[in-house]
Amino acid sequence: MKSSVIVFPGSNCDRDIAVALKKFQIKNQMVWHDESSLPDSDLVVLPGGFSYGDYLRTGCIASKSRIIDDVIKHAKKGGLILGICNGFQILIETGLLPGALLRNEKLRFLSKNVFLKVLNFNNHFCSTYKKKDLIELPIAHNEGNYFARKNILQSLEDENLIAFKYCDRDGKIEKNSNPNGSSNNIAGILNSKKNILGMMPHPERFIDPILSGSDGSNIFESLLS
Amino acid sequence: MKISAIVTLKKDVLDPQGKVVSQTLKNMGYNNILNVRQGKYFEIEIQEADTEKAKKTIEEVCKKLLTNIVIEDYNINFK
Repeated sequence: MKSSVIVFPGSNCDRDIAVALKKFQIKNQMVWHDESSLPDSDLVVLPGGFSYGDYLRTGCIASKSRIIDDVIKHAKKGGLILGICNGFQILIETGLLPGALLRNEKLRFLSKNVFLKVLNFNNHFCSTYKKKDLIELPIAHNEGNYFARKNILQSLEDENLIAFKYCDRDGKIEKNSNPNGSSNNIAGILNSKKNILGMMPHPERFIDPILSGSDGSNIFESLLS
Repeated sequence: MKISAIVTLKKDVLDPQGKVVSQTLKNMGYNNILNVRQGKYFEIEIQEADTEKAKKTIEEVCKKLLTNIVIEDYNINFK
């Protein structure tokens, strides 16, 4: 499998995801945002960080980068795209995923581990979570409060396009286990073709039990399976 | 020509910053302040003599970049 990690000014999780991809023997290339074409890739990753200092709206300026035209073409052809944290915000701003990511309800930057319930295994990113659907991953964001109109939320629920929801350590999805005020406790969503995943938690930081945990590994194992 | 645009969160979108400002004003004793919504103000200089053309361009700019139409509304003002 070949991947491209798009690097924007202000990306800061680009090398973490590169290390994760390498660990799982995915052949990766780093691609600067100002490039006009994407190298041959099965997977495109939009990494976490603070692209363009979060100016105007998070992910907004990055979504107008030169490389994005090719990323959209890749998406339309059914190519895989993974957007993590700021990458999720960029996907939202490009319109590849619906809704918006607002400031966290309590106006605080959140940096902690959270529990998540995996709700859709029938996609390229989450198939290996079937064995373990209650996982722990870190979050680190200021704008992760997912918002969408009622009809969009309803169709995400009806079409089973919510990949992850925030929950407590027992797997209960309720208001108290929602760290940022996200609608329906949403932590990650898929597009209708399920070739695009946007998520606020950081799987690339949880790929090694010695350093952190390993619940992020399944994303990469699923991609390869 | 100078044109300004004000971008605010739609009425049904929670504005936590506005809420905090509103609460702080109440704490300061301004009991008659009922609600505050926080937004963004843009001052745009455009080289265009035709007002209608300028308006059309700024509308486009608001829709394509300055506003996220899922959560925000914009208001254009000519000086």
